[in-house]
Amino acid sequence: MTIPTSDVLAEPLAPVPEPEPPVRGLSPPQWVRANLASTPLNAALTATIGAVVAWAVYRLGRWVFVTADWAIVRVNLRLFMVGRFPADELWRLWVAGYVLVSTVGLAAGALSVTVRQPLVPEGDGVAGGPGVAGGTDDASVPVGLVRRSVAVVHRFWPLLLAVVVVLGFTRTPLPALGTVGLVVVGTAAWQLGARLPARLRRWTWLAVVAGVVAALQVIIAGEGGVGWDDWGGLHLAIAATLAGIALAFPLGLLLALGRRSSLPAMRVVSIGYIEAFRAVPLVTLLFLGSFMIGFLFPTTVEPPSLLVRAVIAITLFEAAYIAEIVRGGLQAVPRGQIEAAQAVGLPPTKVMRLVVLPQALRAVIPAMVGQFISLFKDTSLLFIVGFFELLRISEAVTLQDAFRGQGLRPVALAFVGLIYWAGCSTMSRESQRLERRLGVGER
Amino acid sequence: MATPTATSPRPPLWRDVRALRVAFQVAVLAAVVALVAYLYDNLRANDVEFDFDFLDQQAGFRIAYTDMKPSDTVLDAILTGLRNTITVALIGIVLTLVLGTLLGIARLSGNWLVRRAAGAYVETLRNVPPLLVIIFVNSAALATLPPIQEANEVGGVLVLSVSEFGIVSLRDGGDGGLYAALLVAGLAAAVLLGAWRGRVEERTGVPARRWAWGGGVFVAVAVGGYVALSSPVVLSHPEVVGLSIEGGVTMGLPFVAVLVGLVLYTSSHVAEIVRGSILAVPKGQTEAAGAIGLSPGQRLRHVVLPQAFRIATPPIINQFLNLTKNTSLGVAIAFAELMGVTNTVIGNGHPAIPSILVAMGLYLVLSLAISLVSNLVHHRLRLVER
Repeated sequence: MTIPTSDVLAEPLAPVPEPEPPVRGLSPPQWVRANLASTPLNAALTATIGAVVAWAVYRLGRWVFVTADWAIVRVNLRLFMVGRFPADELWRLWVAGYVLVSTVGLAAGALSVTVRQPLVPEGDGVAGGPGVAGGTDDASVPVGLVRRSVAVVHRFWPLLLAVVVVLGFTRTPLPALGTVGLVVVGTAAWQLGARLPARLRRWTWLAVVAGVVAALQVIIAGEGGVGWDDWGGLHLAIAATLAGIALAFPLGLLLALGRRSSLPAMRVVSIGYIEAFRAVPLVTLLFLGSFMIGFLFPTTVEPPSLLVRAVIAITLFEAAYIAEIVRGGLQAVPRGQIEAAQAVGLPPTKVMRLVVLPQALRAVIPAMVGQFISLFKDTSLLFIVGFFELLRISEAVTLQDAFRGQGLRPVALAFVGLIYWAGCSTMSRESQRLERRLGVGER
Repeated sequence: MATPTATSPRPPLWRDVRALRVAFQVAVLAAVVALVAYLYDNLRANDVEFDFDFLDQQAGFRIAYTDMKPSDTVLDAILTGLRNTITVALIGIVLTLVLGTLLGIARLSGNWLVRRAAGAYVETLRNVPPLLVIIFVNSAALATLPPIQEANEVGGVLVLSVSEFGIVSLRDGGDGGLYAALLVAGLAAAVLLGAWRGRVEERTGVPARRWAWGGGVFVAVAVGGYVALSSPVVLSHPEVVGLSIEGGVTMGLPFVAVLVGLVLYTSSHVAEIVRGSILAVPKGQTEAAGAIGLSPGQRLRHVVLPQAFRIATPPIINQFLNLTKNTSLGVAIAFAELMGVTNTVIGNGHPAIPSILVAMGLYLVLSLAISLVSNLVHHRLRLVER
């Protein structure tokens, strides 16, 4: 028996293959060779997977364009979008939408400038470039405009696809006009926000608060207003998501600070809360909330409605997750920053407020968007505790007289899936973009 | 932090940092205790009882595919639900890991079609709610299967129908227990032998074929035992008998829907983690492996994947935790997992709040167990590091 050697050393060293050159600029046959059939095994793989994919695409395409009867969605479109919101009061939602888009657009435009610039205070001069990040500089030139539109479509295509599909189901051009108006107003507000002087930019969050209050008033108040207990469909999903994040954020911030605190009592309370709420599924909290929260109030107070209870449960749950995200951001702030702030004589609260938190929160924006996405997905759990939300509607419409017993559940579910998918994948793509731009993880 | 030195005069109490720290903590704790006490008082005022006696009462319902009888106690029912939860979670974790890893590697494949197909899968499944996936599988995909009278029978291995599934399984053929013990012993011997060959390989630097040694011993024991005991286990084929499936392992549609839905959803997240972890391995490692003449396959197996899995392990375990918690979505399609059983218990008139608290406590234990495993794994990976 000879001394066994490693197979690698037994042969003369083969030349190391050159790293593959970038595939751009190949002729079609070369491209196919490089990307689909570099080895016989690879070619076989391509053939197998190609057959499966082709079959799946064919079946799916046939189903979408031929077999599936989309009348169930067309007839019930309003139900999917806003639940049982009365048709005569729909203007309230449009007005609320315009108010929200203009204020949030303003604040987002202002934030986009703040996020991109270093955190050094600057003069009051009009701040930098345009806010909409299409990548190109001059929007005045028509060529630039085309390039920009292509960039916007490329960037937001999941959302655009869903919007086009939804509008395709409408019977009047009004919703389409309204949607275009929303986009125009939002973009204008963004541009305005990005051009605000720095001392005004700081106060745009007030505009958002005012906008939210105004939007709520428009929907709820007055003759014919619709209280939130009667909301449903996509409207409910969005409202629950926004309420959940807005309410959970302050609590989560406090918990994160508590967990990082040097005071043992604060740490114990925060860690206990965070770990306990992260260890149980949201479903159990929603159940517990719907059964118990009503009894947590004094007997003299009228117990809160089902939606308020659900939002409380969601808030308590989300706060634990947000706390962990913020904690990550706090840990990412270099110690030197804190020490430098202390060295210039700032008291602890100011060290936190002026030095640590701005850096920490900036670093966790992508993770917060991720949490926002998962909360949006979690609103589907309202199905289980009996809300008239998207999944429930997809079930309810198949029980209508016109559509009963025709196996239309897949059609309704596919439409709901498209709505969720468009919202989540748009946000996730934006978050990845933001991550690249902020350079999070590169430091 | 400026601590007063021995010579400096003590500041007044209201400006003494140490006193303030204590006072602040006492105040926070007092506030928390007061809040809890206030809420508890309100509960009592609203006649909410925290009475867990109902756990010993008769459950009064049956759970499909288990030995649960209506005469068993509520606690038995809840524990049966817990067992279903754990079963789905365990099978789901294994399938998710396999599927997710394959998809993650496929997303980095040199083959354009494979890369794009895996990408489309991941980007679709990742961005929809898991509940929607489960409901879709349950009431759209599996609902198209034939009724049990016309069930699809796939070569005696698999029986598919709209009400239940059957899969071929092993059945005790006489000496099953003895054979199982033999297999365990064989496995232990194989592991010991493999460890010894591994040490030999490390000492001498010569390939010691530990997989061949260990595997060989195990196969020898398995085959030898099977022949010596003259077929101690036999295959049990599923067959449609009347309106149910006999033989093999049968499972209800909700079980399959939850399992398939969660595996499809979670594997898309695992795929992203695997892809990110492979990309996170420094490029120099691959290049260095290429420089010493390793083939692409060897580079992946010996250099890149071991490092990638070290990065990937904590977030993947986190996904396992999510999968386990998401089994609670089974309640939406009447699958008798922990939350589903709890829901039934409440529906039968047992007190709601204590029932949910019991379920939450069990979920808490389950999560803590997974966290414990996660920490152990993390600790072990740390030790291996330089």
